Amino acid sequence: MADIPQAGSRRPRPLSPHMTIYRWPITMAASITHRATGIALAVGTLYVAWWLVAASSGPESGAFELFRSISSSLLGQLVLFGFVWSLAYHLFNGFRHIAWDLGFGFETRTANILSFLIYGLSILVTVLAFALVYAGKAGYFR
Amino acid sequence: MTSLETPRHRVEGLGSAHAGVQQFWRLRVSGAALGILSFWFAFVALGLVGAEQVPVLSFLQHPINSVLMGAFMLVSAYHMALGLREVVEDYVHTNGLKIFLLLLIRLLAFTAAIAAAVALLRITIA
Repeated sequence: MADIPQAGSRRPRPLSPHMTIYRWPITMAASITHRATGIALAVGTLYVAWWLVAASSGPESGAFELFRSISSSLLGQLVLFGFVWSLAYHLFNGFRHIAWDLGFGFETRTANILSFLIYGLSILVTVLAFALVYAGKAGYFR
Repeated sequence: MTSLETPRHRVEGLGSAHAGVQQFWRLRVSGAALGILSFWFAFVALGLVGAEQVPVLSFLQHPINSVLMGAFMLVSAYHMALGLREVVEDYVHTNGLKIFLLLLIRLLAFTAAIAAAVALLRITIA
């Protein structure tokens, strides 16, 4: 039985500490956030497709008014905030992924600083975008 | 020299498919394209958030805008299909659920891409 060398051994194999044991390094959180925002953006893509389909439907169908009433509700605005932040984060961290693929940014200090910076910058950009809209400088919310 | 492969491993035929580099590149290239298109999209979204139907239609009827929006949606659907596939292949290990999710991802990505393309055609031709 060459395929299971441990068969018959009663002693449990040693396990390495896992996610629940470690205090998360910032780079680990940043990596997980990249995946989570990616999944959120997949939902966001479907959301934008809905917006386009609603816009293409005739005004008598009421499809666009339905989209507007749902997206401008409090929950809709929260979803939009999450979507914008996810896009900003995934975009900035995506550029870092390209830098990694080219061989840059692997030093521990650089990776840590960039992780903090990407979190901060993505939140800043999102808040700024919403401030512009709520101040009436962009978009159609009044 | 005799192979170190076990007979069972040879029969199962599992292992590297030697096609991973292509998938790696596709994800990177579509991601780089989205890196450029996202700036345009963010600017558009900022200007059109909460807009009524008429300004949205007049914006999308401009050929440059409809082409860029179409490109953004198609590349997004492509990148989304590849990215979600990577997540499922990393974390889902039961065959039935894995195949179901991989098919579901393709269904959603194709639906989003086709729906967006048809919607943009209706808007620009109308």
